[in-house]
Amino acid sequence: MKLDEIVQALQLTALVPATVPSVEVSGGYASDLLSNAMGQAAPGQIWVTMQGHPNVAAVASLLNLAGVIIAGGASVAPETAQKAQANGVALFTTRLPAYEVCGRLYALGVGKP
Amino acid sequence: MAEIKALKLAFDVPGANFDRAGEASAKLKRTLQQVGVPAEVIRRVAIGSYEGEINLIIHAGGGQLQAEIYPDHTRVIVSDQGPGIPDVKEAMQEGYSTASEEARAMGFGAGMGLPNMYNCADAFEIQSKVGWGTIITMDFKHQDR
Ligand SMILES: Nc1ncnc2c1ncn2[C@@H]1O[C@H](COP(=O)(O)OP(=O)(O)O)[C@@H](O)[C@H]1O
Ligand SMILES: [Mg+2]
Repeated sequence: MKLDEIVQALQLTALVPATVPSVEVSGGYASDLLSNAMGQAAPGQIWVTMQGHPNVAAVASLLNLAGVIIAGGASVAPETAQKAQANGVALFTTRLPAYEVCGRLYALGVGKP
Repeated sequence: MAEIKALKLAFDVPGANFDRAGEASAKLKRTLQQVGVPAEVIRRVAIGSYEGEINLIIHAGGGQLQAEIYPDHTRVIVSDQGPGIPDVKEAMQEGYSTASEEARAMGFGAGMGLPNMYNCADAFEIQSKVGWGTIITMDFKHQDR
């Protein structure tokens, strides 16, 4: 599924829009532990987390993720959006709880084998 | 035998500055892309160097990240003159962490950094002594796994 279709379907708020909105999302990963995401998330995936600090943008950029969804209405530091923008990381927020975000993504077919 | 020159990079990583974590790794990644190292290898270098960078910040009060890029492999050296690790074997266990509450709240301190480094590199070496500091050396062959 394409990133812009996901944004539309989940009504995500774009803090930093995707540089290529039609990029294909290869799957998803959910974790609030940075080293866990670092070790396990694969390129092209979308990362669902409650962490809103700038290191989320650093990790997403280093791993070439398709984007990050900060779920549950968690607060996002202004530096996070700046860092995401500077590194070309698409960054979204939603009030939906992380569980629901993942559930809906999966129902849409994202990451389904 | 012809002399093989390495492209060498060195970055100072300041301690206790969470917000700038990853900047050295990002620069290293960009250089590797310019040199034409395979993407899968760059990804593993990025994992290793970022975990090293984070450890410099949260455990060592800062240090140095160095890289030597050879035609067939890249070496990453993470060094500090921080407190050192009393029991390296224990520290290498997944889940072992002495990270502060502040670091844990940010999602660091899961005790997966050293195991990630070990797993992503083709060769991994750690030297550490209490009161002396820590040096981690990781080698990455320029070959997809
Ligand atoms: N550069 C370092 N200096 C001192 N101690 C370190 C260093 N790197 C790692 N350690 C010790 O090893 C432990 C495990 O490291 P790591 O696997 O990266 O997990 P984490 O950083 O999440 O605690 C740390 O909690 C710390 O006690
Ligand atoms: Mg660590």
